[in-house]
This record gives sequence, C-alpha cells and structure tokens, in this order.
Amino acid sequence: MKVMAQMSMVMNLDKCIGCHTCSVTCKQAWTNRSGVEYVWFNNVETRPGVGYPRTYEDQGKWRGGWTLNKRGRLRLRDGGRLHKLSRIFSNPKLPEIHDYYEPWTYDYDMLLNSPSGEHTPVATPKSLLTGKDMKISWSANWDDNLGGSLETMDQDPLLAKMSEEVKAEYEKAFMFYLPRICEHCLNPSCVASCPSGAMYKRAEDGIVLVDQDACRGWRMCVSGCPYKKVYFNHRTGKAEKCTLCYPRIEVGLPTVCAETCVGRLRYLGLVLYDADAVAAAASVEDEHQLLDAQRNVLLDPNDPAVIEAARAEGIPEDWIAAAQASPIWRLIRDYEVALPLHPEYRTMPMVWYIPPLSPVVDVVTNTGNDGEDVNNLFAAIDKLRIPVGYLAELFAAGDPAPVELSLRKLAAMRSYMRGISLHDTREESIANAVGMSGAQMEEMYRLLAIAKYEERYVIPAAHAEQAHDLEEMGCSLDFEDGPGMGGAGPFGSSSGASVPVAVENFHSLKNRQTADRPSSPGRVNLLNWDGNGKPEGLFPPEEKK
Amino acid sequence: MSTGSLLLWVVLPYACAVVFIVGHIWRYRFDKFGWTTRSSQTYESRLLRWGSPMFHLGILMVIAGHVVGLLIPREWLYAIGIDEHMYHLGATWLGTAAAILTLAGLAILIYRRRTVGPVFLATTPMDKIMYVFLGATLFFGTLATLVYQVFGAGYSYRESISPWIRQMIIFQPHPEMMEQVPIFFQLHVITACLLFALWPFTRLVHVFSAPIPYLFRPYIVYRSRDESRGAGARPVRRGWDPITTPPNNRGRRRR
Repeated sequence: MKVMAQMSMVMNLDKCIGCHTCSVTCKQAWTNRSGVEYVWFNNVETRPGVGYPRTYEDQGKWRGGWTLNKRGRLRLRDGGRLHKLSRIFSNPKLPEIHDYYEPWTYDYDMLLNSPSGEHTPVATPKSLLTGKDMKISWSANWDDNLGGSLETMDQDPLLAKMSEEVKAEYEKAFMFYLPRICEHCLNPSCVASCPSGAMYKRAEDGIVLVDQDACRGWRMCVSGCPYKKVYFNHRTGKAEKCTLCYPRIEVGLPTVCAETCVGRLRYLGLVLYDADAVAAAASVEDEHQLLDAQRNVLLDPNDPAVIEAARAEGIPEDWIAAAQASPIWRLIRDYEVALPLHPEYRTMPMVWYIPPLSPVVDVVTNTGNDGEDVNNLFAAIDKLRIPVGYLAELFAAGDPAPVELSLRKLAAMRSYMRGISLHDTREESIANAVGMSGAQMEEMYRLLAIAKYEERYVIPAAHAEQAHDLEEMGCSLDFEDGPGMGGAGPFGSSSGASVPVAVENFHSLKNRQTADRPSSPGRVNLLNWDGNGKPEGLFPPEEKK
Repeated sequence: MSTGSLLLWVVLPYACAVVFIVGHIWRYRFDKFGWTTRSSQTYESRLLRWGSPMFHLGILMVIAGHVVGLLIPREWLYAIGIDEHMYHLGATWLGTAAAILTLAGLAILIYRRRTVGPVFLATTPMDKIMYVFLGATLFFGTLATLVYQVFGAGYSYRESISPWIRQMIIFQPHPEMMEQVPIFFQLHVITACLLFALWPFTRLVHVFSAPIPYLFRPYIVYRSRDESRGAGARPVRRGWDPITTPPNNRGRRRR
C-alpha cells in the first residue's frame, strides 16, 4: 500500500442555478489573457446539451482517455507511445478553435464615436483571431438553459446512446447544470499522453499541472484528455489547464470557483488513496464495476493501518487530520451520494457530483402530488427512466443502480427533514429504507444544506515554514515592457520568462487606471476616463479670450 | 587560396557553427518558455494535415541522406558493397523524392501560412526570415541535384564537399576543396550555414525537443513540489516552480 493524498472536489448539482459566477471569476483569475480567450478552465454546461467543446464526450470521435486492449491491459484510447509519435507532425484528433468557439470582442468605440445619424450605431463583433468582422454563431455556453437546443440537442453524445423516444421527450423532461473543471484524475491520460513529460501529478496533493518551461506544444494532452480540460494557448504555443488554484490551496484557501460559488454547492477536501491500486482499479473489465473499484482505491483515513502507512509515506499529521475531517470522504464513502463524472473513461476522476434530485421533485410537484413525500419520490425515481438513464450515462457508465441509490438517499433526506420541521417527528423508517440511520441522515443534511465555510472547505495549508518561499521571487522590474527588459525580445512577445502574476496584475491595473486612451483606438470617453487631465472631446472647448 | 575563399569556406562555417551551438545553450538557459513548436493547428488543420507530415518526413529523409553522403567516407560504403553507381542511383532518386516531398510540403505550409488569416497573424518576423533561408537552402540543394545529377553528367561531391566538411569537423580546414565546386552547390552550402546561424533564434529549436524519451518513461509522471529541475531552469518565481522545504523534510517524498 502506498498512501498518497489527493485534493478533490464534490459538487452538489441540486444547488446549481447555472449563474456562471464560477466560470466568470475563474476566467478573471486565470484566463483573461490573449491566447486563452476561448479557454474556460471552469465552464457550466446545460444538460442535455452538446457541452464545451462541442460533443467532447463522443470518444469515438475524439479518442480521449483509456481503454482496455484485447488482453485486458489498460492503454490510451488514441494509441500507445509509438502511435502518438508517428502522428506528432499533425495531431488528427486535436479540436480546432471552432470546436470551442472563435473568440471575439465588440467594436465598442463605434457606439461612442460614430457621427449622429438616422440609425443607432451598432458595436459589430470582431474576431480576436483575425481582427475582422465576424458572425457570432457559437460560444462556451451557446445552448445555455436549452436555448436553441432543439437544433443541437441531437448532437449530445449521451442522448445518442439513449433511445429515439427518449430524445423526443427530452426537452419536456428536465434539464440541469453541470459545472466542470479539470478532474485532477488519479490516472490522468493527459499526463500519459504528453510526449515531453511536461505534465505531472503533484506528489503532495495530486494536482495535475503543466510545466510551462518543459511543454513543447505537441498538443497530445489536449486530445488525450477525455474531458477536454487541457487547452492550447495559441499565443504561447503551450498547454494550459485548471490548476485547482494551487497557489490558494497551498495557503489553505478554496479555489476561486468554490470561493465565489453563489449556491455554495462545492466541497473541497483531501482524500487518501492507494497509488499502487490505481492501475488495477482502472483496468476492471466491466464498466459498471469501475465506480466501486474507484471507491475502493480511496482509503479510510480513520483506519489505523492507513494512518500508519500515511505517516510512513511522510504525509504530515495535519494533512492526515484534514483527510479525516474531509467532506469529500464523507460524501463519497460514508453516504455514497457523490458519483464521478464518466468513470468509463478509466482516468479515475477526482471531481465528483451529487446528482440532481430537483428534476424528479419538479415532475412530482407538477402532477399535483406532494413532492416531499418519500413514497411519491421513490416511485418517481423508479418510474422516471429518462432522468435516471441520462444521469447514469453521465455518472455511472450507464448503470442506473448507483444513481438511483443516490437519488433515493436525497429523497429520503428531504422527507425525513420535513418530518422534523413540520411534525417534530424523526421517522427512522425513512432513513432505514435507504440503508442509513436517522442520525446519519441529519449529519448528511447538515453537510449538504447548512455546512459553513470551514466544513465545506477542509484544506490543510502548505506548511508555514515554507511560506516565504511561496512569495514570488525575482526582480519586479523584469517583465514585458518593464525597465528590466527591452520590450518583447526577438522571438515575439510570447517568448522569454513569463511575467509574475503579481507584477502583471499591478501593471495592468495601473495601466487601466492611468490610461488616457481606450484599448481600441479612439477617443477617451466617460467609460474609460480615469479622471486625470482633460482628454480631448470630453470637455467643451475652452473659451478664447 | 584567396581571402574570399578563406572567408566563405572557413570563417563563415565556423562562425555559424559557434552561433548555432552557443545560441542554443543561451536560448535553452534563458528562454525555456519560448522553446516550443508554436503549433498553429488549432487555427487550421485541413491543410496542415497534409503539409506538415509531408514536410517533416521529407526533411528527415533529406537529413538522413546528408549524413550518408557527407559524413560517411565513400570507402566505408564501398567496403559494405555500395559502389559508386549504386550510391549515385540511390542518392539521386531517393534524394529527388525526398526533395519533392519536402518542397511540396513546404509549399502547402507557406500557402497556408499566407492565406489563413489567424495563422498569418501569428507569424513573427523571425518566422518569415527563417522561411527565406530555409526555402533558399532547399531550393539550391534541389536545383543542384537536378542540374548536375539528374540532367547533368553527375558531380561527385563526395570527392570535394564531403571531405571538406569532414576536415572542418576535425579542425583541419581545406577551403581549396570548395573552390571548384559548382555554383549551386556553393550557394546551397552558404545558405545552409546562414540557416544554421539563424536556427537557435527561430522556432526550429523544436528539432532538439524530439520527444524520444517518451518511449521509455512511465505513463504517469509524479513530481514533488520541492523537486529541483536541474541546471538551466528558471529561477524560482511562480507558485508552480519548486518550493523548497525545510532541510529536515527535503526529499522526503521524492519519487
């Protein structure tokens, strides 16, 4: 047994209202740069829908993740090492920018500076790739709230697996939101696909990262990841991906997406797992057994043998304590309500989801029945094959049993807690019907409904004695266009040492505050004026005496 | 031996070699971040899918041919039974095929670079200069082969250019060997020297990142936060650079 720690996340989909706050704050923090305009480390998809990038779940087309070969051995779906190298000059499975979307901006200046005329001026969309006018026809969440999905929904790879009748009924049935970040898998196929060895899984906390100095831009990680959560920065020619906000995690803060989540639906914490058991668990032949296999790779942090082994591996005491207090462990193993996203990709993903019960409740309530009665809900879960079937494709390789069990637990919790608040009765039989006790039910309710910040995010900091090293070292003048460096250098602005984040932020803020011109060519206006000086056109001409 | 000859066939090649070697070391030490293929496949892949493999496979054949023709003395080839006639046939026809593949690939790639908007915008001035020298080298090399070998009487460069190169490598230059070489071969050698001098400052550095170690490493790479990345790594600056731990913990979980 080789114990390793993994920082993981669980998202409670029942609470997601699809507000995209996580996506926007993540983008502001990590990908508001040129070259990654089209990149959303965190995106929120409306399901059913085609996803971002379009149809990424169709592994027959994109060939991401792992599969078993004829001898039952684990291999990359897109072929082994030699096969990858043979296609290094042109990766046929790489999504093009149009599979994501063509990034754009608007010609805002037009709104302010066009001469007065009969028609209202229009800010035309301009492509950020070519600078030319473009027609916006797709984006990261174009089918948000099922918008336009009558035309695109049949491209949803999960629906394609279900029957025709289901497809036709689908839009009436239900929808829900699926926020996605990098899965920080235990068996990451992006890392396995990287020819340069630039991608790695951090031994301490399992975060999967790209070494920007070692990446050579071969792009195999992008096609290797079945979730398409590694992106190609087309300006620097390097791969970039969700970092699980490791600079924040290292100091004990939750990720930006979790911190800013309005619905408080995200949980962060450590789990301990047996690194030696990962390969065997990922090679289980029956796809329906993969979920259980992955659950069994995770180790009980309260087991003395596990604690002993964790100490032997040098895992610090406060990390073991954090693993014991982890909400992740409780949701995955104690309550078994959280499920992994697409276990059939065999990457052992470590961002898990609590499937949404609300579509079922809605159906029951809409028929005039009591949507909080446990029998009504149980019957509906049994009867509503469509949502369960779809959720099973998403979270259990098509096996409805784990999804049903999870939904039944959520339904039971709903009824049990209503009994307490309305009648002040603890109906133990409801809890027993899903194999739990009343006390467990209340604990789960507390964790899912009212858990505070410290309970939702149990993140052990990197050790205090390392803190000074976390600061960004190096010369603060040594940045692009700074006095320490003569501009962009001979290889273009994408070359050279990258700018420290703090310096970049400081200067961009300063530039914005003191800019006397808008970023698009044009005059200063009320929107971009910082109050300094008297920009031309903002004031009436001074009277000449 | 004239001064011009000395300059062209001794000074220039050595100067270019020095720039080539020192330039690469410098670039690797100070610009690891800029060391990439800078692929433009996300913008356009239909043309790239044909052009890039054609060019790359062609140029690999060309390099292999140059190694055999320039670096291996013909006496060695005689010894394993490859006589002058066989060599000439192989070099001319395989070489021509490789040249066609390379040039056609390059033509597709340059056409793509010029006509596809985003790709053209992503082209740096250095790329453009590099294309001129790369194209010129390939052009003169192909022209020399066509004029002298395919349609001409045949020129035995293994009696002049090849020994000249080998003498250069062991630091005993004989510039007079190059003086009587036909003009297109001379131009080919000069443009190639200049291309080599330019090499470390262009995206061509990716040649030295050919990911051969991929064939031998385990699939999943683990790296510890405190692991040093050896000489030439960027100084510690960002959070994802190695972070040193206290001495008692150093290397505790190195894998």
